[in-house]
Amino acid sequence: MKFIKIDKESWAKGLERLDDSFRLFGPVKQDKFHNFKELDKGELPDLSLLNTRLSPKSVVYPQSEVMFEYTLDENKEDHHILKEIDKDYSPRAVIGIRPCDAKAFLVVKPNFDAPEYKDPYWIKSYEATTFVGYACDTPCSTCFCTPAGCGPFHEEGLDLLLVDTNDHYLIKVITEKGENFLSAAGWGAEVDADAASDQIETMRHTAEAKITSRVSTDELKDKNITDLFEASFWEEAAFACINCGTCTYACPTCWCFDIQDETYGYYGIRMRNWDSCMYPLFTLHGSGHNPRDTKIQRVRQRFMHKLKYYVDKYENGIQCVGCGRCIRLCPVNIDIRRVCELMNSYGG
Amino acid sequence: MSAYIDKIKEISNRLLKESKVDMVIGFRKGTVPMMNEPCFAKTPQDVDNFVWDSNCGINLANYLTNREEKIGIIAKGCDSRNIVTHIIENKIKRDRLVIIGVPCKAMIDRHKIETMFETEIQDVIEADDKIIVKGDGFEKTLNKSDVLQENCAICIHRNPVKHDEVVGDPVEEQKDVDRYEDVRKIEAMPPEEKWRYFDDLISACIRCYACRNACPLCYCHTCFVDESRPQWVGKSQDPIDTRTFHFLRAYHCSGRCTDCGACERACPMGIKVRRFTKKLEKDCLDLFGWEAGMTLEERPPLDTYRSDDPDEFIK
Repeated sequence: MKFIKIDKESWAKGLERLDDSFRLFGPVKQDKFHNFKELDKGELPDLSLLNTRLSPKSVVYPQSEVMFEYTLDENKEDHHILKEIDKDYSPRAVIGIRPCDAKAFLVVKPNFDAPEYKDPYWIKSYEATTFVGYACDTPCSTCFCTPAGCGPFHEEGLDLLLVDTNDHYLIKVITEKGENFLSAAGWGAEVDADAASDQIETMRHTAEAKITSRVSTDELKDKNITDLFEASFWEEAAFACINCGTCTYACPTCWCFDIQDETYGYYGIRMRNWDSCMYPLFTLHGSGHNPRDTKIQRVRQRFMHKLKYYVDKYENGIQCVGCGRCIRLCPVNIDIRRVCELMNSYGG
Repeated sequence: MSAYIDKIKEISNRLLKESKVDMVIGFRKGTVPMMNEPCFAKTPQDVDNFVWDSNCGINLANYLTNREEKIGIIAKGCDSRNIVTHIIENKIKRDRLVIIGVPCKAMIDRHKIETMFETEIQDVIEADDKIIVKGDGFEKTLNKSDVLQENCAICIHRNPVKHDEVVGDPVEEQKDVDRYEDVRKIEAMPPEEKWRYFDDLISACIRCYACRNACPLCYCHTCFVDESRPQWVGKSQDPIDTRTFHFLRAYHCSGRCTDCGACERACPMGIKVRRFTKKLEKDCLDLFGWEAGMTLEERPPLDTYRSDDPDEFIK
């Protein structure tokens, strides 16, 4: 395993060099909070953050994404034919992504990149991206990454792990993609692997000890799916929900989208936009029938999908990395930790 | 304010025991600082979970829409005005409700307090008119009056306008409040500056519709943004569509909005959505002398016609 030390002065210089070969994305404080955005030339990622307000899933999977264009002008030879839009799949890097958010890409991968179905936009974006993780030494009280099968120094889904030791950064090289990114930046001060590894381990233990949220997920797999579906607690658990899309839009592991055509005169585009299972429209059939017409059904769907259907279908743990955004942002304080406990302990 | 809770529990218990209601709608303690969760109590044991403090900013009238049970509902001044509006608009029947009035001592602004600290707030404690904010290695005492929700700071109807039970003596209403300073500033802007102002205001919007869904007025079975035949509004992040949503929603609330602040409190991006609804609220006051939700006896100005309605805007 290889470890690199970067002085904070050479950090900015390296990022400047990377500008030529990568589109760089990083956290930037806009007004009141941090969010990921594409960095302007010379702009540095602001790493003085707990985590971003929204997850970085939009770097790979934007909220609105145009897929095709078409013309309705019958004088044109190719009228009424969908044509794929040129997109920029040149190398990009997300700098300062928290380990929970990086793991989230692996949680959604079985949906976008399945043996029988491939989502070309997600796959090409994902493969073009280098994930430079930023180890988390100040987890929030709403974080539950460790019980969710992840952690503040977790490496799954990362190409590099950046650790802030106060006077310099240590970088742990995890993949070849990460190695290439390092050489493009020109950072190469290799340090003694054993010492660096020990230092990071100590920091990891300290950070993990700060995560105090306890959420049990061990029983979910063995619960009977229809028992949980019909459980009596849903009425109480769903009562406060106002069915907005905040939890699903803020979530790094929510993947649903809707496809829309928009036409301007003769010109049209076909695009996809994030959708949310919280919305009644999400399941409304053309016939007018809606199989999830009530709030309770929709709230149940969200939690059952994340904590039961996903668990059973993919055998990849829960569809949640414990980032805590839905807890912090829910306007009415619906707390996934509480619902998870209700599900995990249901029926004794 | 915490003295109210004993009375809330006593009344709720009595109503449930005497089968006057099937459920009481109130708040239980939240799992994060400055948040409480709306909940219902169907048994005296459930009532034990009820809390009351300065974090009960959600408008509970939102939980009444089209319900048919007999319901006890805890209502601040603004909630009570939205209950009146709900009754007028036939979204709930007066005789199905027992309104438990709470003379309101104002709610605190969680967004404002969060942005005052660089690091995470782990606990917020209330003591009289002080708010004590705690986090890892810090503790700071704030004056509650400095961190009120903006709508609460300018509220002139803190006492419930209709109630069947009440949990305390009326509070003194604020006098000489300038409710529309911010609106006048925007009104004075030239059109281009106004556009820029509104575009900046909603630039962070993610179209999650938390503002709409937290609002007791927004009960349409299918909102205009969700209509598909015809489709009035696009669904992408196009600024024109986002703008259309916010402008039209505000217009739909005119003459109905009580400035309860639920929309602003709900917004995950901290957008000041009341800047839109307040303008319409001001117009209704200026043109019709109307404040929403104050009486069951009169129809709101936008669903009636009177020959002396102002018409100077018709040229």
